[in-house]
Amino acid sequence: MNGTDAAPVLVAEGLEKSFFGVTVLRGVGLTLHPGEVHGLVGENGAGKSTFMKLLAGVYERDAGTITLGGEKVAFTHPVQAAHAGLATVFQEFNLLPERTVAQNVFLGREPKRRGLVDRAAMQRETRALLDELGIDSIDADAPVRTLTVAEQQIVEIVKALSTDARVIQMDEPTAALAGHEVELLYAIVRRLAARGVAILYVSHRLKEIFDLCETITVLKDGALVSTGPASELTTDELVRRMVGRPIAAYFPDAEAGTVLGEPRLQLAGAGNAYVDGVDLELRAGEIVGVAGLQGSGRTELVEGVFGVTPFTRGEMRRDGRPIHVTSARQAVRSGIALITEDRKAQGLALNQSIADNALLVIRSVFARRTSEARRELPGVLSSLEVVSRGVDQEVQYLSGGNQQKVVLAKWLATRPSVVLLDEPTRGIDVGAKVAVYNLMRRLAKEGVAILMISSELPEVIGMSDRIIVMHDGRASAELPARSDEATILAAATGTLKLGTGADR
Amino acid sequence: MSTGTLSEAPVRKPRRRRLDASLIVGIALVGVIIIGSVLVASVGRNFFSAGNIRDILTGMSVLGFVAIGQTLVILCASLDLSVPYVVSLSSLIAADMMAGNPGNIPAAVLTVLVVAALIGTANGLIVTKLKVNGFIATLGTGLIIKGYLDTNYKGTSGNVPWEFQLIGATGVGPVPVSTLIMLGVAVLGALFLARTRTGSHMFAVGGNEQVARLSGIRTARPVIIAHVLCSMTAALAGLLLASRLGVGSPTVGSQGGYDLLSIAAVVLGGTLLLGGRGSIWGTIGGVAIFAVVDSVMSVMQVNPFLKDVVRGIVIVAAVAVYTARITERRRPRFTSTGASDAAGGGIAGGGRGAGSAGQGTPAVVQEEQA
Repeated sequence: MNGTDAAPVLVAEGLEKSFFGVTVLRGVGLTLHPGEVHGLVGENGAGKSTFMKLLAGVYERDAGTITLGGEKVAFTHPVQAAHAGLATVFQEFNLLPERTVAQNVFLGREPKRRGLVDRAAMQRETRALLDELGIDSIDADAPVRTLTVAEQQIVEIVKALSTDARVIQMDEPTAALAGHEVELLYAIVRRLAARGVAILYVSHRLKEIFDLCETITVLKDGALVSTGPASELTTDELVRRMVGRPIAAYFPDAEAGTVLGEPRLQLAGAGNAYVDGVDLELRAGEIVGVAGLQGSGRTELVEGVFGVTPFTRGEMRRDGRPIHVTSARQAVRSGIALITEDRKAQGLALNQSIADNALLVIRSVFARRTSEARRELPGVLSSLEVVSRGVDQEVQYLSGGNQQKVVLAKWLATRPSVVLLDEPTRGIDVGAKVAVYNLMRRLAKEGVAILMISSELPEVIGMSDRIIVMHDGRASAELPARSDEATILAAATGTLKLGTGADR
Repeated sequence: MSTGTLSEAPVRKPRRRRLDASLIVGIALVGVIIIGSVLVASVGRNFFSAGNIRDILTGMSVLGFVAIGQTLVILCASLDLSVPYVVSLSSLIAADMMAGNPGNIPAAVLTVLVVAALIGTANGLIVTKLKVNGFIATLGTGLIIKGYLDTNYKGTSGNVPWEFQLIGATGVGPVPVSTLIMLGVAVLGALFLARTRTGSHMFAVGGNEQVARLSGIRTARPVIIAHVLCSMTAALAGLLLASRLGVGSPTVGSQGGYDLLSIAAVVLGGTLLLGGRGSIWGTIGGVAIFAVVDSVMSVMQVNPFLKDVVRGIVIVAAVAVYTARITERRRPRFTSTGASDAAGGGIAGGGRGAGSAGQGTPAVVQEEQA
């Protein structure tokens, strides 16, 4: 719009970065004009976050230049960048839940009056910033823990604004927001742009990118694919540039000879404090995808099945027989495996060896099968293509993908017939992803029933025989295979009215 | 959900505060006083007699000093186990330097505070620069001081002049001067936490060091200052004990068990042992609860071993209550009958008409992101 007329506020050229010899960004640059909303897209691992963190000074670049307001800059700390007018709203909130909104906004820069913190001024200025954004529902004096996620997101933005930012980077700002909250964020972004703030907007949701951005930059495998006006792009073209190949090629088809068998796991009206009224049937040889926004109750659903937070209502059946799972141990005994979302915190003992990790569950639940599992271990690891210096290597030194394979090996050792996967490919490279997909197909062929939670819609669409969408603690819809992203997102944000118990 | 409530009460902001921890301590304290006064009355004594109140307040002051400092350290997510030895060392330095001469009092007090500040600086530097866990770091410095004391002192030492002993002996009505000084320090401590940058940053560093660092806070400073202040309040406790005893003693600190008792009082006062949340006044409440319980048991002539049992039960019960509150971080979305517990917490449309509605979702997501 008015962006290109003015002199650019930020120019990044030829940014490069590698970690431990792996290049994650090679020669990427872009130009931001005042008042411009610039979309940055790419698959997971394309280098978007690294690029933002280089701009913000979280990482130091290996090569390239950054010019902010006509001056060459080299930030070594996000606070430096913020003071210079480049603020970042990171995906993980940098807020203290126990402190108030005002205290968070001015954290590290508390205004002083006669040597003491001027709380009145802090509140007043926070209030003024909130008013500027047209937000009147947030109390500057409220502890942050009492706010909703969307409100916390706004506090982050206010924090960025309070430094008089000329450039604001936002990393997946809508990842945790519901539909109407996204609208509010749109309004805020547009208001900021109208004031002449340049915004670098990173999102996986292409609809948002097209709704908000005038210019779109595409990254793939750490390199720049294209930069151009959004008006010259279509969604299909954008996806093609991001993926570099049709989505279908990425996901293996079901293996020949896979047959749909008896129901392995059935839920009828299952619920606890976090999910409610979930009906679900999982049959042998089937892969069911679970989509939904963060906080929609996806993880809580599998935790209910696995007995971490047992269901208190409804019925659960295993192979047709009623079962009441009240502990993880009981779940493992009944042939259920849960590959947790956070492998470092919940999946692995990081400073133990591959062998110890892979035998962890067997040793503790099926101790008598330990020696048998130990004999089979090398075979299992090589079938998963784990790259390591040997089974004695500590898992903390493995790459993310190989760590995830060790987690899978750990669960495969128990010979489960129901496998629950929570974000199985988060933060792992493409090769490892494909290995995980192939493994899922192989398990399905062997008659295992698979439930896969994923935030990446292409993955859900590419792998699932059916798709369950969670919204606000309930299964809001059950969609057939190959449903399109728009339908899934509509169900996930509660705007789709169909399926099982969609709305109250 | 319902935007209907909104039209009736447009921008009404319900106070969505969890019951404040120091308020809970206050209620607990009142409860303990009521039970205590009944028990004391049952043996024919008056809990609210001037003498009894003076005893309770006297019992509060030494532990109070130590616990105020300990609160700061624990807020920063550290610990100080060296306090009992700082207490003993301070009493000895004070008594030795005073040597019965009132003219030496200012110099002695100043020296004690400087020495304590140096010990605190050492603790703080070890914790922040050498990255030694506070528990171990202060266990180490405490042992070093203990070793010094055991080698150089075979028993009590020095002589505190009468003028200094007055601090521990006089009072305004039933309120001892020492308690007034302790409460004065508590006021300063509370002000420091609420109204200075360093105080604010203590909450930040203890709450989430990463967030604090990314906000541009020099994260070592608040921790070091907390350790310095903690050692200095322990020194004040040592001075008070010297004033009461008239001599310095190498074992007065460890006999008092001020390390673990002060930590217990802080936790009893609602401060998170993990740091980031808490208050001085909660701690004072915790100290008062201990003092009241002790006093009631003395009046009732409870067997001294049973006293420890009761203290132990109080500590465990209090922490169990707080832990129950803390672990409930992921708020339930549905009640046991399956009714939706949380209204869709919106921003623009608000749907947060009443009570705690709208709080369900964020906690869940926060935990997923953690």
